[in-house]
Amino acid sequence: MPRDNNDTRVFKVVGTRPPRPDGIDKVTGRAMYGADVTAPGMLSAQILRSPHAHARIVAIDTAAAAALPGVKAIVTAADFMAQDDAGLDDILVNCMARDVVLYDGHAVAAVAATTPAIARAALKLIDVTYEALPHVTDVDAAMRPDAPVVQAGRANESVPAGMSPNVTHHCEFGHGDVDAGFAAADVIVERSFTTAATHQGYIEPHACLATFTGEDKADLWCCTQGQYNVRTVCAALMGMEASQLRVTASEIGGGFGGKTTVFIEPVALALSRKAGRPVKIVMSRDEVFRATGPTVSSSIDVRIGMTRDGRITAGEAVLRYSGGAFPCGTVDMGAQSAFAAYDMPAVRTLGWNALTNRPKEAAYRAPGAPMAIYAVESVVDELCQTLALDPLDVRLKNAARKGTLSSYGPTFDDIGLVATLEAAKAHPHYHAPLGPGQGRGLSAGFWFNFGGNTCVSLNINTDGTVGVTEGNPDIGGSRAAISQMAAEELGLPYEKIRTIVADTASLGHNDVTDGSRVTFAVGLATIKAAQDAVAKMCARAAAIWGIDPDAVEWVDGAAQPCGPNAGKFPPMSLAEIAAVSFQTGGPIAGHHEFNADGAGVSFGVHLVDVEVDRETGATKVLRYTVFQDAGKAVHPSYVEGQMQGGAVQGIGWALNEEYIYGEDGRLQNPGFLDYRIPVASDLPNIDTVILEIPNPGHPYGVRGVGETPIVPPLAALSNAVSRAIGLRLNRLPMSPPRILAALSGS
Amino acid sequence: MKTIQVSTTINGDATEFLCGPDESLLDVLRNRLGLTGVKEGCGTGDCGACSVTLDGRLVCSCLVLGAEAEGAQIGTVEGLAQGDRLHPLQQSFIDHAALQCGICTPGILVAAKALLDRNPDPTDTELRYWLAGNLCRCTGYDKIIHAVQAAARTMRETADAQG
Amino acid sequence: MLAAEPGVTRILTGGTDVMVQMRAGLAAPALVVDVKHLTGLRAITPEAGGYRIGAAVPGAVMGEHAGLRALWPGVVEGVELIGSTQVQGRATMAGNLCNGSPAADAVPGLVAADAVVRIMGVDGARDCPVIDIPAGPGRTTLAKGDIVTSIFLPARPARSGDAYLRFTPRSEMDIAVVSAAVSLTLGADGAVTAARVALGAVAPTVLLVDEAAQAIIGTRLDDAALAALAAACSAACRPIDDKRGTVAFRTQVAGVLARRAASIARDRAHSAGDAA
Repeated sequence: MPRDNNDTRVFKVVGTRPPRPDGIDKVTGRAMYGADVTAPGMLSAQILRSPHAHARIVAIDTAAAAALPGVKAIVTAADFMAQDDAGLDDILVNCMARDVVLYDGHAVAAVAATTPAIARAALKLIDVTYEALPHVTDVDAAMRPDAPVVQAGRANESVPAGMSPNVTHHCEFGHGDVDAGFAAADVIVERSFTTAATHQGYIEPHACLATFTGEDKADLWCCTQGQYNVRTVCAALMGMEASQLRVTASEIGGGFGGKTTVFIEPVALALSRKAGRPVKIVMSRDEVFRATGPTVSSSIDVRIGMTRDGRITAGEAVLRYSGGAFPCGTVDMGAQSAFAAYDMPAVRTLGWNALTNRPKEAAYRAPGAPMAIYAVESVVDELCQTLALDPLDVRLKNAARKGTLSSYGPTFDDIGLVATLEAAKAHPHYHAPLGPGQGRGLSAGFWFNFGGNTCVSLNINTDGTVGVTEGNPDIGGSRAAISQMAAEELGLPYEKIRTIVADTASLGHNDVTDGSRVTFAVGLATIKAAQDAVAKMCARAAAIWGIDPDAVEWVDGAAQPCGPNAGKFPPMSLAEIAAVSFQTGGPIAGHHEFNADGAGVSFGVHLVDVEVDRETGATKVLRYTVFQDAGKAVHPSYVEGQMQGGAVQGIGWALNEEYIYGEDGRLQNPGFLDYRIPVASDLPNIDTVILEIPNPGHPYGVRGVGETPIVPPLAALSNAVSRAIGLRLNRLPMSPPRILAALSGS
Repeated sequence: MKTIQVSTTINGDATEFLCGPDESLLDVLRNRLGLTGVKEGCGTGDCGACSVTLDGRLVCSCLVLGAEAEGAQIGTVEGLAQGDRLHPLQQSFIDHAALQCGICTPGILVAAKALLDRNPDPTDTELRYWLAGNLCRCTGYDKIIHAVQAAARTMRETADAQG
Repeated sequence: MLAAEPGVTRILTGGTDVMVQMRAGLAAPALVVDVKHLTGLRAITPEAGGYRIGAAVPGAVMGEHAGLRALWPGVVEGVELIGSTQVQGRATMAGNLCNGSPAADAVPGLVAADAVVRIMGVDGARDCPVIDIPAGPGRTTLAKGDIVTSIFLPARPARSGDAYLRFTPRSEMDIAVVSAAVSLTLGADGAVTAARVALGAVAPTVLLVDEAAQAIIGTRLDDAALAALAAACSAACRPIDDKRGTVAFRTQVAGVLARRAASIARDRAHSAGDAA
């Protein structure tokens, strides 16, 4: 659906800042999250988890636990059917270890009992005999030929012979003659970088309530970013028909990609089927860190050539990612996005994924991109310093723009990178003086944005109000944005629309809330559904007036004859048409179902000032400004919220957040005390500048905005710290001991 | 284990409950009294989602035994609004887009109210340190700080008008 | 009651450590005794020019006590660094001491202050210098049945000051990676006449570093004296590498923090002298 003529369109609702429909429930404590529901006769379940990074399960004896009064069901891998599909089987094995535990925290058994205390006591009575196996948690170590083997036989056809069995996947992207490009460079910088695995850090632990109402019929309530995906996966794992499993998404207490898959839901279903009673599972924070889906760790080599005047002649990157103990394709997105901000004559990126004894990776906000772009933007910054060039000028000189052949294949249409860089350059932040010990860093960032399968129903109520039914859990204010777009298209006030997120029985399939797709794709489907309803309302009016439906147009929330030749009738408002709908053919509803295409890519630029204490290695963030192209900001406050929240997650990643493993391969910091997400007193205000370069693929010009903001902070912070201390850093997080060690020359 | 009978006051209402000797106040509020606006994010006092007031002091209810509520005054997010009239902090959080997923919001509202009850005109720095025990992963805190300051202004103006 | 219980026991004041241990299954006490309501345990009482702090006084209450803040600002700032605002409403100085962590924020300040712990045991009450309580990570010299009932912070001469600094990666909500407390008294000429320097998180217990104190006694805390203080502190460190920091980091930063704390303590001593 092509963009309307945005230059002349005056929006009435889109671009305003109405209150979110879920606001009152959330500020009063009434909103229902994953752990907030109960059911009559409900059991509580607890999961027994591996204390080993890698071990063979020799035996599991559950007899003593089963004999404990109050215990109603116990499940192990023996209670699940292996799946033919390798991807599904990986999900299943991740939910319940089969024969081998692959990481610290891997589930081995689960107990449902009448109280949580009894379930906990029962876990202590389960006797698991393990035979410890050698383990590996570091991606570079895992790729060595003599590394401990996490899983054998998992490499796909892309992997050449002779590599460690841990290497599962290889990819390559690029264009042009890279060797010729480097030959044309005046300066070439080549550096290696590492980033630690980090966690999404949503504050709500995973929770679900499963209720079997018959052998093959069940309801599942859970906090998820995609109830349809939960249904598809769980129905397969349970051997059920999809129609017999109804999944309802709770309000979601943060996801950031981490709630796009299942961890506890199949376990709760299996326990409920066995016990014949509802079963609730609520993860502890320790379980969230040890046994959900952190992002990949990475090890990346980048080589970039530049002419003396700042023109990039060639770029090359080799990316080694590990998504834990199962095959993982996230490195593809890193290899595609690494150089996306640049218009380059020659570029090549190579990606590798290796297995490690760590939890199975899940998506985390722009999965794969932050670490790749961190490495590239660090080298670009070093080149600017070496050549004494302004870092924004160099990025402008090489910026991707409309017509650029992107580093990953497609040719860009209208994109906002140049406008974003120019906005940063014109901003007072870029010209503010710095004090001693302070440094300023910047980085560009990029995300593809997704479209995907989407289904929306829009019901015209007889009192002139409208209900929008969509299928994507709201993690950033999307119900407000969708209501705004429905109101805009129908010509109604925002308050007349109520948007709800449906369960899987009430609407057709919707892809997961991911890829920054919802405001774009669900918004687009809503606009189309509204247009469908408008056409039907015009037809009703035409019938009442006795004129041709084609002779009726929709203006400002009402049907009217289009032009004097169509007849002379006063406009009929939506409310008037709705009020008589039962007499004119029955209820009126609009629908749209499609696989959305045309999600415009999104670019951002972040500017940050830091001060480093050279005696302790502590970094203080002094000032932060985010510039980002939103295409069209439907609800500017919620767009700003995405920009600010993503920036702060990136700040945490850059400075302190990391999965720390001991020699024993066990996670040492599975809690909010030692997994240090930023607290309020760590931060300044996060200033935002929204740019609006319309996406040609959306009638209002909307682009997804949620993921791009986490991409630039890693390099922006690293470049700022490097400039503040006069030393280049190449490892994240830049925790104080690492900065102090760098300053001490060790 | 023997259960303990506890008489307490929650959001102004006299309340009695039975709890285990090792049961946290958080579990009592959520599981026995249906006050699920009090959220559990960590269970170790590191996230603040379970913040309540105990005799006027801000505490993490996960670090308090249910039995310690005997004779005490407990305040939770459910007690902030007066009927259908939102507390200025609640209204300000909606108006200033200070919540996204909303899971940290009840704890932050209770914590912010505890500060404004003591200090009606905090600096941003005082506010940021006071709220350091309340983790938010969605907002980056910026809009929360602005919303609390806007509510504080409203509350000061109301107090002036009444004073 | 505590002495008679054959199983594991825990004394609950603020509960901010005990509750976490119980939840994590690290402790499964057969008996938990809540001592908050015992007479005097929640009071701050003036005594002999100093203050006796009841064992159940939470950090927030200490922070709100103007007289205590004025006399021992370094002790109070150590206590106030324990956890969040929420934790401050519960956590106590005595509990922080009895938990036995080498990184306890309250303890270096207490050691530098030469505070005295009053213990009620099976055989009656006794007093003990605070430095003698910690025995190692998670261990103290207290016997089963002992209850710390109060901690006494003594009077101090004119021109005295103390300060506590810790290093944490975040500005709040963190455990000290390394910490330092300095308490000192200045003569009329501005030279240090007495000093005590304590370090946290650099050894199995909080260290009292006499060499560091000697490095500044008799000096006006000029750069050379501060450098000697820092060097003595670093030399005394016996830290470990762990998830929170390295041996090299702790050793280096211990000296930096001691130096900075000494400067703050000196400034406070001057103000205290001016005020007197």
